[in-house]
Amino acid sequence: MSVTSIQVPVEEAARSSRPARRRPRLSWQRATPYLLVLPAILLELLIHIVPMLVGIWMSFIRLTQFFIANWSAAPYAGLGNYKVALDLSGPIGKGLLHSFTVTCVYTVLVVGFSWLLGMSAALVLQQSFRGRGFLRTLFLVPYALPIYAGVITWSFMLQRDNGLFNHLLVENLHLLDNPPFWLIGNNAFVSTAVVALWRSWPFAFLMIMAGMQSIPDEIYQAAAVDGAGIWQQARYITLGLLRPVNRVLVLMLFLWTFNDFNTPFVLFGATPPHSADLVSIHIFGNSFVNWNFGLGSAMSVLLLLFLLVVTSLYLGLTSWRNRRA
Amino acid sequence: MKTRLLAATVAVATVTLTAACGGGGSSGGSSNGGSGSTTLTYWASNQGTSLQNDKDVLGPELAKFEKQTGVHVDLEVIGWPDLLNKILAATTSGQGPDVLNIGNTWAASLQATGAFMPYDDAALNAIGGKDKFVETAFATGGAPGKTPTSVPLYGLVYGLYYNKKMFSDAGLQPPTTWQDLVTDAKKLTDPSKGVYGMAMEGGSYTESVHFAFIFGRQNGGQPFDDSGKATFTTPGMVAGVKQYVDLMGADKVVNPSSVQYKNGPEAPGDFAKGKAAMLMSQNNADNTLQADGMTPDQYGVVAIPAPSPLPPGGKDVASFVAGINISIFKNTKNKDAALKFVKFMTSKEEQAILDKPFTALPVVKGGEVNFTSNKDEADTFAQILATKAEPLPLIPAESAFETNVGNAVNGLLAQAATGKPVSDADIKAALTEAQDKMAAAGS
Repeated sequence: MSVTSIQVPVEEAARSSRPARRRPRLSWQRATPYLLVLPAILLELLIHIVPMLVGIWMSFIRLTQFFIANWSAAPYAGLGNYKVALDLSGPIGKGLLHSFTVTCVYTVLVVGFSWLLGMSAALVLQQSFRGRGFLRTLFLVPYALPIYAGVITWSFMLQRDNGLFNHLLVENLHLLDNPPFWLIGNNAFVSTAVVALWRSWPFAFLMIMAGMQSIPDEIYQAAAVDGAGIWQQARYITLGLLRPVNRVLVLMLFLWTFNDFNTPFVLFGATPPHSADLVSIHIFGNSFVNWNFGLGSAMSVLLLLFLLVVTSLYLGLTSWRNRRA
Repeated sequence: MKTRLLAATVAVATVTLTAACGGGGSSGGSSNGGSGSTTLTYWASNQGTSLQNDKDVLGPELAKFEKQTGVHVDLEVIGWPDLLNKILAATTSGQGPDVLNIGNTWAASLQATGAFMPYDDAALNAIGGKDKFVETAFATGGAPGKTPTSVPLYGLVYGLYYNKKMFSDAGLQPPTTWQDLVTDAKKLTDPSKGVYGMAMEGGSYTESVHFAFIFGRQNGGQPFDDSGKATFTTPGMVAGVKQYVDLMGADKVVNPSSVQYKNGPEAPGDFAKGKAAMLMSQNNADNTLQADGMTPDQYGVVAIPAPSPLPPGGKDVASFVAGINISIFKNTKNKDAALKFVKFMTSKEEQAILDKPFTALPVVKGGEVNFTSNKDEADTFAQILATKAEPLPLIPAESAFETNVGNAVNGLLAQAATGKPVSDADIKAALTEAQDKMAAAGS
């Protein structure tokens, strides 16, 4: 866009015979694109950038309960909040590290299985058969449901006494004698991961399905003529041509899952069990439950830096591979 | 490529920080009528059986107040799970109500934020003088030695509810020692019928921390020393937590499922339905029990007993001084009207009217316990408040104590509920972690 906006006035100037006309800077034509993006930039500043900068500033002050009524009085903490958050021998640093580890495992599992399920479902539904439309719609239901409604239903199903799961496992199938707790202890991690998977795989399915639509049938036909079997077609054509889609998809799933706040919050409230202490709710707890917004902000900034590094590495690596390929 | 990478990176940054900064975004609307008549915004805590019930009870009283003074009151009733967060958000943004209710255990913590108007002598005179309040209740208004930022509104206290029929069927008398309580509870427990000796709200960190305090005191513990330093890991505190957790663990007199109960009607519900023979609760449980179909003659109340003989340094504490206080936001534009309103709410007449539907104990002198027709129950609660209740520590770190120790105890209850024995070492480790966390966070 910048190219055309420069070119047009230059060409005009070249065409005009009068060299004295030197005011293209203020012309409407030149200003229009900027005016058009101006509201978006202002809103972006207001909604995202300013709160972000405030968050970074908060991480450098000792913003505890004593100062929340008057932020400006909060003493400057320097790197104090970061030191506490990163002191791995201290209880808070240990807690953050634990939460970070849990979140990494959670993210790998949820993103991995989301992609696998989405890919499998999209492959199956690529063939035309009766009921395909119905299945497509059905698979998208979790994605279309409001998050809160979906997750709270899961929390009912996972209750120990009256939950659907234990009813099925203990009373119907007699697989277990004692009804287990699904939202307490180590099972809580599995429950959270399953609920998150349920919520996020339809998105993977949707993206991959859309990507597959753009692969022309002729390529498959040509490959079939050359003797490629179903697996070879899937491996070299489908996966190969889906690479740009997958690249974006995995990144988005990674960021959403790593930052997932809704799932644990609706399942457990502000203080999840130890095994399911995901990092965004851990930060929430440090800020809002313990009234220490400076420390919470420092943890947020650390999380931000981590995600920035991972994202840059990921994008750098995949584009390097793309260029090589 | 580089610019695209940069753009993507910035996008990620934006997404992350907004996610991380999200949270208590709600802000209360403070309003002042402006033209002529004054309007106060009042945040009431949920004291009745539902938010609507609170509105129905308070509505006529607010109308009465408007008639007397010409001040209109906009009422908003806020449920307990949201109340503290909303107060914090209002404190942070400066956009709060004029008058609000707080849980009295938060008084010192909220006082430290500086968001509330201190009740100095002039303000106290305006609401009728400090001498009109019951002393123990008035003492919960803030840290000792500081000008209080809240005054008592409703009084609450813990008691041990027992099901009369279940006790007489088993030939038992209400317990007078903790050992009795455990023996009785074991006798009354029959998991095959889904009946247990004790009901418990095991997922509620506030309940857990209350019992950690009460039983800690019985065992000679003290959550903070005189200088305000946390002393959660003393043998007395550990023994106190053990006394509570053992109900679920070693004694097995609590339904393990109740470890998922939080701040709701579940535990009183179990008691009302005959699924638990005893319930340790504040006196406002009467509301829920009666809503669940129990009549006041079906249950009795005694003080929560202490171990006998008392452990060294222990005290026969059966409750802390619980209750609701009322505060005025410092930046209210209607200070005089707000003071008039507090005076009205804490007047003897209004107390007598409101204590009944809210099943509260009077906080002004000369008030009578009127929420129950059962005289024994009324006397017991009044007795507990007068002789067996201690205030929770009145220090700024109190809220941090509640969350950290409460959650630690919840974790131990969960461990017990899933069948893993809880040892003294486990308890000490959990309490040490809670204490270290508070120290490291500087709160």
